[in-house]
Amino acid sequence: MTATHGTTTRTAAAHERVEVTLTVNGTPRTASVAPRRLLSDFLRHDLEMTGTHVGCEHGVCGACTVLLDGAPIRSCLTFAISVDGRELTTVEGLAADDGTLHPVQQAFRDHHGLQCGFCTPGFVMSACGFLAENPDPDEDQIREGMAGNLCRCTGYAGILDAVKQAAGAFAGSATHPCEQHRVDADATDGHDREA
Amino acid sequence: MTTKLVGAPVARSEDPRLLRGEGRYVDDLGQDAYEVAVVRSPHAHARIERIDLDAALEVDGLISIYIFEDLPQRLQEPLPLLIPHPAISHGRTQYVLANGEVNHVGEAIALVVAEDRYAAEDAVERILVEYEPLPAVVGPELARDAEHAVHDDIPSNVAAHLEQTIGDAPSAIADAPHRLSFRLDIERSASTPMETRGTYARWDADDQRLRLYSSTQAPTSVRAAVAAYLELDLAQVECIAPDIGGGFGVKIMHPWPEEILVPWVAKVLGHDVKFTEDRREHFVSANHERSQVQWIEVGFDDDGRILGLDVEFVHDHGAYIPYGLIVPIITSTQLIGPYKLENYRVTFDSVYTNTTPVTPYRGAGRPQGCFAMERTIDRVAAHLGKDRTEVRAVNFLQPEELPYDFGLMFQDGRAYRYDSGDFPGSLAALKELVDWDGFAQRRAAAQAEGRLLGIGMAAYVEGTGVGPYEGGHVLVEPNGTVQVSTGLSTQGQGHQTSFAQIAADELGVDVADVKVVTGDTRRFPYAVGTFASRAAVMSGNAIHLAARKVREKALRIASEALEVDAQDLELAEGQVRVKGSPDTAIDLNVVATMSNPLRYAFDEAARIATQFAQPGDPDAPPVADDDAPGLEATDYYSPTQSTFANGMHAVEVEVDPDTSDITVQRYAVVHDCGTLLNPTIVKGQVLGGVAQGVGGALYERMAYDEHGQLQNASFMDFLMPYATEVPSVDIDHLETPSPLNPLGIKGAGEAGVIPGSAAIAAAIEDATGITIDAMPITPSQLHDRRLAAASSTS
Ligand code: FES
Ligand code: FES
Repeated sequence: MTATHGTTTRTAAAHERVEVTLTVNGTPRTASVAPRRLLSDFLRHDLEMTGTHVGCEHGVCGACTVLLDGAPIRSCLTFAISVDGRELTTVEGLAADDGTLHPVQQAFRDHHGLQCGFCTPGFVMSACGFLAENPDPDEDQIREGMAGNLCRCTGYAGILDAVKQAAGAFAGSATHPCEQHRVDADATDGHDREA
Repeated sequence: MTTKLVGAPVARSEDPRLLRGEGRYVDDLGQDAYEVAVVRSPHAHARIERIDLDAALEVDGLISIYIFEDLPQRLQEPLPLLIPHPAISHGRTQYVLANGEVNHVGEAIALVVAEDRYAAEDAVERILVEYEPLPAVVGPELARDAEHAVHDDIPSNVAAHLEQTIGDAPSAIADAPHRLSFRLDIERSASTPMETRGTYARWDADDQRLRLYSSTQAPTSVRAAVAAYLELDLAQVECIAPDIGGGFGVKIMHPWPEEILVPWVAKVLGHDVKFTEDRREHFVSANHERSQVQWIEVGFDDDGRILGLDVEFVHDHGAYIPYGLIVPIITSTQLIGPYKLENYRVTFDSVYTNTTPVTPYRGAGRPQGCFAMERTIDRVAAHLGKDRTEVRAVNFLQPEELPYDFGLMFQDGRAYRYDSGDFPGSLAALKELVDWDGFAQRRAAAQAEGRLLGIGMAAYVEGTGVGPYEGGHVLVEPNGTVQVSTGLSTQGQGHQTSFAQIAADELGVDVADVKVVTGDTRRFPYAVGTFASRAAVMSGNAIHLAARKVREKALRIASEALEVDAQDLELAEGQVRVKGSPDTAIDLNVVATMSNPLRYAFDEAARIATQFAQPGDPDAPPVADDDAPGLEATDYYSPTQSTFANGMHAVEVEVDPDTSDITVQRYAVVHDCGTLLNPTIVKGQVLGGVAQGVGGALYERMAYDEHGQLQNASFMDFLMPYATEVPSVDIDHLETPSPLNPLGIKGAGEAGVIPGSAAIAAAIEDATGITIDAMPITPSQLHDRRLAAASSTS
C-alpha cells in the first residue's frame, strides 16, 4: 500500500470572494463570501448566529428555515450571495431586546412544543411565515402548514397546539408574525429572561 | 407551606433559551476550529488495495490527511467491545480508520483536516482509494447461511449464541391441546435524531489538558475512552455534552472513530478541531437497529392460556458488535411482556452482516419482542375465535403476584423480576379509552359506507432504570442559588426542569433558584449514561438523596443557630423556619454561609462566618471530624435491579379498499411509569415515542440492496413522519409507584415506541383479514397481499 502519510500542506487560500450586503434582523451586514457558501453556513459560521440549525442540508427537514423578505426559505438550499440586498429574519430576531419571547415562541413554551430544541428555530420561523400568510387557520391547515418541518422528539402535538395559540395571540397583538416582538412600555417585566 | 413540585406540570426552564436560538449544540461551538471530513467506504465489503493522496494535497485550505498507517500504535488497536458477555465467542469491533478492509458502506478510511468543511470535502473528493470488492453479506438469513463471511476468521458469521429457559417449553408445547408456529420479521430502522453526531476538541498546550465537547449520551465514558486511547491521565481530559439535538439511543454508542480521532488531531496540531457529521454520513456511519427474523412456536389451552412458548431468532448486528448482546438480550427477556409464562425457551444467534453496525435505538429490542409476543396472542385468539383482550387477560400476571421473578437474566446481568404493576387495570383503562367494546358498531357503520376499519392492541412491560448507578451533587451557594449536577447527559428530556423540581421540593426553595447541569465531567465525573429510560430513575433518585443530605445539614446548622430542636424546623420559601411560627427563621443562604467557617470576610454576608464573629466551642474543631465545610452533599442511587414500567396501546386504522392506503384514525395509550415527576414532560416523551412507533410501523426502513448499498440514505427517501403522518393520541396515565426507589418512579423515555408495530399490524390485520407477520408495511405491500389473497380465494 502506498500513501503519503500525515502530510501537512498549506497553500495560500485563493478562493474567489464576493461581497454581500444584506439586512439581518434589522441590522445591515456586509461580508465577503465564497460563491458556494450556503446561507445556512454564512449565518451560522460567518455571522456566528447559530440559532439557525442544519438537520439535513438537502431541503427536507426545515431546521434551517429563515424568513427572506418575510417568507420562509430553506437556508441550506440558498447561496449566501443570492440574498444580496435582501432582508433576512432569523430566530434570533424574534424575541424582544429584553428577552421577552415572541408570541410564537411563547406558545411553543406553553404547549411543550419542543424537547431537544434542535428543530425548534425552524418550526418557529415556519410558523411565523405560515401565520403571516394565513392569520386564521383551522386545525387541518395548521397541520398542513407545519408539515414542511421534521421533529424527531415531540410527535408534533405540542407544536400544532402552539401554532393554534399563536394564531389567536396575533389577533389581539401589535406584533406582526414575522417581526420582532415589541414589549409595551408597561409590560416590561422580562419574566422569561433566563440564563 | 410550599406546594410540592414533584408531580406538577412545571414549565421547562430550558425552553426560553432554546426558543430564542441561544442553544449551544456542538456545531455552534468552536467557530475557529479546523474541520474534518472523512473518506468513507462506498463498498459494503472490500479490501483496500491502494490509497493515493496526491491530488488531495493540492487543495486550498487543507491542513492534513491521516490514514491507518499514520496513527500511533494505540490508535491502531480496534475500538472497544463495550459490553463483554460470556456468550460472545467471536467479537469484532472496528478500527478508527480502516485497516486494509472495509465491512460496510460508510466505514471510515481517511481523515481530512482543513480550514473549513468545504475544503475538507474538496480533499475527500480527490483522495483515490482502490478497492478489491468482496462478496457482501446482507440480511440476517444470508448471514446465517454463511455462504460468504463478513470476517474471514468467522466463517459462520455468528458472534454469539445464547439460550435462556423457564421450565420446559418443548414438552409443554408437545402436550398442549393447541399448537401454532409461524415467523415474524422486523426490518431495520434508526434513531435519526435531528442533530447528527458531532465532536469538538480543544487541546490546551499550556495546561496540557484536553477539553472535548461531544453530542453523546455517555460523556463520562467518552472521557475515559479518550484518555485511554490518547494515553492521558483522566485528570487531563474533560468531556462536556452541551445541548444535544436528540439521541434516541444512537448517541449512547461510543467512542465513535471521530470521538478518538478529533481530540488526537487537536493535540497533534495544537489547534481546535471539530467534526460535524452530515446527514448522509449519519445514515451510513451512525448505527441502526431493529432487524430480526423470529420463529415462534406456541402451545395453549382452550381459554388461550399459553402453556409453552419457544422462540428462536436471528439478530443482525451489522459489521461489528461494539455494544455486545444488549439488544437481543432485551428482546429475549422483554418479549414476555405482562404475561405469566411458565414454560419458555428463547435462543438467538447474533450475526455479522456487511451493513452499518446495530446498537440500541429507543425501545432497544423491545419493539421486536413485543411484536413477537403480541402477534402470538392475536394468533391464539384468532385460532380460538376469542376476543383478543380476553386472551390477554387470562395470561396476565395479577397485581398480587408481583414482585414476580421469572428466573431469567436481564440486560444488566441481574434478575428479571417485575417489581409492581397492574396489568388488568391497564387493560380496563385502555378498553375504556379507545371504546374497545363499541368498535364492532363502528366497524359495522363504516362497512355500510364501504370503508374498512380495524382495531388492534399491544401490551408491553419495559425494564427501566438499569444500574449500575448514577450520582447527584447538590450545593447551596451563599447567594442562595442551588447548584445541582449529575453526570449523565440530556437530549431533550427536560432534566434541567425535572431535576430542579426534585431538589426544590427537598430544600423548600423556588424551582427558579435551582440550576441543573448534566453531562459535564468537570461538575460530576462519575456516571453511566442516558439510555434504557434510566435518567429520571437513576439521577432523579440520586439528586433526591443528595438534596436530602443537604436538607439534614441545613436543619442541623439552623437548629444550633436558632437553638430550636431540628424536629421542630422545616425548610420552606428559602428559609429554615420553626413549624407553626414562620417568623422564627433563618435564610437558607445564611445557613450556607455559616456552613463554611471563614477567616476572611470577602463580602458583608461572609462576616457572620468569620472566626471572631462565630467563636463556637473552644474545645471542638471548627469543622467536626465527620463534617465538611459547605452546604452541599453528593449521593448515589444504585438499585439491585431494574424497575418495570408497563403500558398498552390500542389503534384504530382505516384501510382504503381500493388503494390499501393506511390511515391511523385513533391512537390510545395507557401508560404506567410509577410516580410522575412532571406530567407534561412524561406526556411529551410518550407522544414522541408514539410518533417513532408509527414511523417504524408504516414509513421507516433502511432499504439495503443485495450489494449492501443503502438505497434511501436521505430524508427524501427515508420517510420520517411529518405532522401530517402522526395521529393525535389519547393518553391515560396510571401511577403504580415503584417500591424500589424513594421517589417511586419508573422510566418513561422509550415506552411510547415499543408497541407501535405490534398494535398497528393487529389493526391492519383486523381491517383486512390479511395476516400481518412483517413490519413495517407500506400500502403497496399491503395491496399486493390483498390481491394475492383475493386471487387465491376466487
Ligand atoms: S437543513 Fe435545510 S432543510 Fe434540512
Ligand atoms: S424538539 Fe427535538 S427534533 Fe424537535
